[in-house]
Amino acid sequence: MTDQPSAPSVAAPPAPPSVAASPMPRTGGWQQATVVGIRPETANAKTFRLALTEPRPHLAGQHYVVRLTAPDGYRASRSYSIASPPDDSGQIELTIERLEDGEVSSFLHDDLMVGDRLEVRGPIGGWFVWDGQTPAILVGGGSGVVPLMAMLRLARRSERSELVRLVVSARSPGDLYYAAELPGPETTIVYTRAAPPSWPRPPGHLNALDLPSPLTPGATAYVCGSSGFADAATALLTDAGVAVDHIRVERFGPSG
Amino acid sequence: MGFTRGFQGRRRRPDDERLPPGQYDTGADWPVLTAEATPHLATADWTFTVDGLVEQQATWTWDEIHALPRSTFDGDIHCVTTWSKLGVTFAGVSVDTLLAAARPLPSATYVLARSHTGYTTNLPLADVTGGKAWVVWDFEGQPLEVAHGGPARLLVPHLYFWKSAKWVSGLKLLDHDEAGFWERNGYHDRGDPWREERYQGD
Repeated sequence: MTDQPSAPSVAAPPAPPSVAASPMPRTGGWQQATVVGIRPETANAKTFRLALTEPRPHLAGQHYVVRLTAPDGYRASRSYSIASPPDDSGQIELTIERLEDGEVSSFLHDDLMVGDRLEVRGPIGGWFVWDGQTPAILVGGGSGVVPLMAMLRLARRSERSELVRLVVSARSPGDLYYAAELPGPETTIVYTRAAPPSWPRPPGHLNALDLPSPLTPGATAYVCGSSGFADAATALLTDAGVAVDHIRVERFGPSG
Repeated sequence: MGFTRGFQGRRRRPDDERLPPGQYDTGADWPVLTAEATPHLATADWTFTVDGLVEQQATWTWDEIHALPRSTFDGDIHCVTTWSKLGVTFAGVSVDTLLAAARPLPSATYVLARSHTGYTTNLPLADVTGGKAWVVWDFEGQPLEVAHGGPARLLVPHLYFWKSAKWVSGLKLLDHDEAGFWERNGYHDRGDPWREERYQGD
């Protein structure tokens, strides 16, 4: 996704038992990964497929840290959500938005090529994760869809699509990640600035009518996007009756 | 492990000795990173409590904590997500002042900080005593914004910023280390940015 710090600096309620019970894969040390594929998602987002030298299991929603090292030893690292579902391929996919001022994301977009080696560390994060077993409401804005895509892919792959409802907000059709794969009976796409011709919903910000109805009682909501989007989506969910302690939020900002 | 082909780096500031390894200066930005809905707490309902292994459990209301001697921090803060914010000023009360009122028992060696949201984070007692930690409600002379933990947050600036619990509601003194929220979710128990103690096992 974006150069999002998936690791919130602070704050969150204790995990409900359903998800706390799922074992969290241990974060490994730094390892080399080889870039085995790069594909564009939108004009400013690409998915990088990495083959790990030390494959580690991950949960849908976790992230990896990518670390770049210059010849003189200078380093820069950023966290990126995993877009691929848990599997035994030994590979992961990170979808990364190119930020204009992003030291790491612009390098990855402009310079990185298939066959290059990249230093990575993960998987990280035991909070914004879905176990694939419990009902989940996924609400993502822009590049915030990335960790939710791992969850949707897990649900579809394990034929548990009935457990998830995904609402994605994108500025325009050209800004929608995974445009070919994402649509389905369990997903809703909201365009905020421009919609395709004949799209049933006029462009506009996410509103209450965009949420799944009825909301599955007891479902955990996963909200990912900018801080403003996260606050707006959280307010809609609580207004719709989702308890605050059933909402997990991952925010990102321009952190380069 | 060798270098990354083609990477030179653009954000480097080799002179700035205030930046711990792997951190960059976020400048005027202050990213907001929280894992939950932002709570809106009225100062009229706000309290702060020191309990656990203390001689006298102590609770302050908003007005009572403001009546304590004011203490200011000028310096730098460091988030585990690699941003640092340099040269910031917070004001509030020193944790030393709060602990002096509750009088920790000799057996107390750790604290578990908690928030009005249920968030927790653990710290060795030695990391919140001796002028190293504050409960703050002022940032650069203005009331601390709710997104940044207002009305009041813990401030432990020598450790990664997830230790500086937003919307802090109290400290519990313990005779053992009890992992808090992020510490249970893969992050380091202590979190010293100068040692890059980011994740469990670092």
